[in-house]
Amino acid sequence: MKKILLSALLLLCFITAFAQQSDHVEMADELRSSGKIYVVVATITIIFVGLAIYLFTIDRRLKKIEKDK
Amino acid sequence: MKLIYQTWWKVLAVLIILYTLIAGLLFDVPHLFILHETIRNVYFHVPMWMAMFTVFGISVVYSIMYLNTGKEQYDLVAVECVNTGTFFYVLGLITGMMWAKFAWGAFWSNDPKQNSAAIAFLLYCAYAVLRNSIDEEQKRAKISAIYNIFAFPIMVVLIMVLPRMTDSLHPGNGGNPAFGKLDMDNHMRVVLYPAFIAWAMIAVWIASLRYRIRLIEYRKNEIN
Repeated sequence: MKKILLSALLLLCFITAFAQQSDHVEMADELRSSGKIYVVVATITIIFVGLAIYLFTIDRRLKKIEKDK
Repeated sequence: MKLIYQTWWKVLAVLIILYTLIAGLLFDVPHLFILHETIRNVYFHVPMWMAMFTVFGISVVYSIMYLNTGKEQYDLVAVECVNTGTFFYVLGLITGMMWAKFAWGAFWSNDPKQNSAAIAFLLYCAYAVLRNSIDEEQKRAKISAIYNIFAFPIMVVLIMVLPRMTDSLHPGNGGNPAFGKLDMDNHMRVVLYPAFIAWAMIAVWIASLRYRIRLIEYRKNEIN
């Protein structure tokens, strides 16, 4: 009886050890829920739109020069 | 060639990248150890390489076309594609080093993938040196076209094949899945594949702008 109890107890220890192993992976969940990630998204979007407009103006200026020739 | 003077695909590329910027930061990603949120780098680091492969590939096609026809314009396209590709190469290397600092612990850990990427980069630096060292125009175009045709497959082998045959930290090497079944889920593919296409289009756009400038310079020199 004692042996069975002891082995059951040890098994329980194993379960807790196993549970500790599968911790959850830390992600920026809080950052997203507090809404601050949108600030970053907005900044990146503004920068990229700016760069795209810049490329488009270069394209247009080139077109003008090509027409002059 | 008429395509490079049209606007619709440039607008399309910009819109797709805007989508990947927003979706790439807000959509759900797999929760993985060590990587955490840096897995989102896949949306921005890998497309740099895809853009590079695209313009380098185009430059090989135009090098072959130059050797077939001897038209100077084709040589100009090849050069500007290589120049743009080198730019995206640098971006890919720097973003990779940045990511490696936080995933592998060091900017440069002499990983096979990093080392062979550096060697392949020197390969394309050598292209620029070779080209600028020849004064005579036709000779320069011919020799650099031949060099370019040989450099491309060597670069692909160095970056894609050799690191896969040894153990490497980089995903996709030494039995590591390249963000395959384990790490990548279909949510990520929805963002990643459009990013590949759109960044490749942006690279082609920049290369085409550079080509048009160079064409004007070339014609100006011709008249004088």
